[in-house]
Amino acid sequence: MTATIAPVVKAPKRAGDRIFSGAALAGGLVILLALAAVAVFLVAESLPAFGAKATDIPGTAGQFPTFWAYVAPLAFGTVWAAVLALVFAIPFSIAIALFISHYAPRRIARGLGAIIDLLAAIPSVVYGAWGIFVFGPFVRPFWEFLAETFPWFPLFSGPVDPNARSILTVALVLAVMVIPIITALSREIFLQTPRLNEEAALALGATRWEMIRMTVLPFGRAGIVSASMLGLGRALGETLAVAMVLSPNVIISFFLLRSQNPTTVAANIALQFPEAFGTSVNVLMATGLVLFVITFAVNAASRAVIGRRAAGKGI
Amino acid sequence: MKHLRAGLAIGTALTAMIALSSCASNEPAATSSNGGSSSGAASLNGTLNGVGSSAQSNAQTAWAKGFQTANSSVTVNYDPQGSGAGRTAFEGGGADFAGSDSALPAAELSGDFKLCKAGTKGIDIPVYVSPIAIVYNLDGVKSLNLDASVLAKIFTGKIKKWNDSAIADLNKGTTLPSTAITPVYRSDKSGTSANFTDYMHQAAPSDWTAEAADLFPTGIGSGAAKGSGIVAAVTGGKGTIGYVDDSSVGSLSVAKIKVGDSYVAPSAEVASKSAETSPLDTSRTGNDVVVKINRTTTDSAEYPITLVSYLIACQQYQDSSRANLVKAYAEYVTSTDGQQAAADTAKSAPMTGTLLSKAQAAAASIK
Repeated sequence: MTATIAPVVKAPKRAGDRIFSGAALAGGLVILLALAAVAVFLVAESLPAFGAKATDIPGTAGQFPTFWAYVAPLAFGTVWAAVLALVFAIPFSIAIALFISHYAPRRIARGLGAIIDLLAAIPSVVYGAWGIFVFGPFVRPFWEFLAETFPWFPLFSGPVDPNARSILTVALVLAVMVIPIITALSREIFLQTPRLNEEAALALGATRWEMIRMTVLPFGRAGIVSASMLGLGRALGETLAVAMVLSPNVIISFFLLRSQNPTTVAANIALQFPEAFGTSVNVLMATGLVLFVITFAVNAASRAVIGRRAAGKGI
Repeated sequence: MKHLRAGLAIGTALTAMIALSSCASNEPAATSSNGGSSSGAASLNGTLNGVGSSAQSNAQTAWAKGFQTANSSVTVNYDPQGSGAGRTAFEGGGADFAGSDSALPAAELSGDFKLCKAGTKGIDIPVYVSPIAIVYNLDGVKSLNLDASVLAKIFTGKIKKWNDSAIADLNKGTTLPSTAITPVYRSDKSGTSANFTDYMHQAAPSDWTAEAADLFPTGIGSGAAKGSGIVAAVTGGKGTIGYVDDSSVGSLSVAKIKVGDSYVAPSAEVASKSAETSPLDTSRTGNDVVVKINRTTTDSAEYPITLVSYLIACQQYQDSSRANLVKAYAEYVTSTDGQQAAADTAKSAPMTGTLLSKAQAAAASIK
């Protein structure tokens, strides 16, 4: 009599369920709305800029004939500085993350992890001041050495800025700011590597480095890409540290050590906005819109990369 | 009927009293003049919000402190967001007054002022005068003479070494090293840049062909954000030269500028004299007081690279209590006490003579 199987019933919806799903939905919608509001605001403020006269564009009178001539060097500088920063930050971050997850004794690993996380909590104005007063003077002799030793290498051609306020210094400061982000995420992903895979590799006679190459890195590849993209996002949008450290020009230039450096969109807005009025405010807003689009494109590209990797290399 | 009338009378009296007292809390100066009290300023209350020039920041802090000490129920807030931001905020009604390193440009003067009575405009009142120092960092050279032409050639990159004959001619008896010169300029828009470029353009037009500009033309030298950034860059580099407000020079060496046949170092005295003797902009009408600093002066008691910064207020506010507050504040700022307070705190040059009385008259004309 007791063995009758109850028909499948829908689980009754309790108040808690409904509240939670409602709250989660609301949270998701608020984010979308906020993003939409930012986009609408940027577009609305930017519209007058596209037809701006040369005299309304910041810079020496008539220096930039159209808005696009003004924004192109800024967009270049933004991507250039961020990419340079990632070139330094990614290898360092992966090395630190691997050290913490697979090499360091547990006690040291925990302390080191906390210290790296702390780096992310330092405000960018502090990084800016550090860049001006400590890091710049510190790296200047190295930059001078580079310029004197490799004068034939175009990127290093002088004259070196007397305070090392060049794009290479800025890229290194940005790298230091980005490292904690990439490290923290990579570390967590490396720790997720299935224990069985690692032990199997070791059992086959792999050394620790071979084990990491065979199991940890392939497993974490998508994670490393997404961590790097998050870092890239921070580097693209970083404002104050760049504004303080860089000697900025609105130019396209690949020289790493000179005083005339391509500046970034965010730093340029920060420096020009307080004294801007009339249509030049709209022009600055429109450069912000361009940054918004760049960031969006970078994120979409990284999503695509992660999606392809995850689909191809399931573990 | 009698009762009713008495009731009415009492009622009217009560209403009048309430009206009067509420009037007293809203429009202090109006009641004090009605009451015949002579201590009009003592009954001021409310909050005064200013936005504008960061050059005025220290002076505004001193003025706010002095004004609040004299009027304990008034709060003065000054937000040093920058001159352009200040003017925009004031014109849009977001600030009661603006601090600005440049006088209202014609384009803005023809626009609307939200807080001002319809048909009236904003006026510029000079409040802050400060010399701009040419600072440099060159090993072994403690004293340096420069003129407009040499400065313009340095900042356009035509003079590249410190031992260039043009510099040596001005500094006979000083041994100049062959160090390369790195000019350091402001990478943000600034009144300091506007005054410095105006000086070079007027005093050496053939060497500095560009008009005065808030944004220093880039391409030569190294850019640094804000006055503090210039000081850091000049201090940290070798063979650097830059321009900053005289109050933030610190331990850097300051060049003397050729005026007439002699060389003048920046100081409060020479800047005050320069501001006082310079002509006013005659295109301005009424109480709009705008100084055109004489950049080509030959009087060695003057210093041509001097910045005059303005307090911008309505000639006539829509709101009379706001008008009273701004007027009282502007009167304090342009008083000898106010000017001295700024000189003590911000190391500015106190205004003197006719310029001071013109500024005071403009402040008193606010309605």
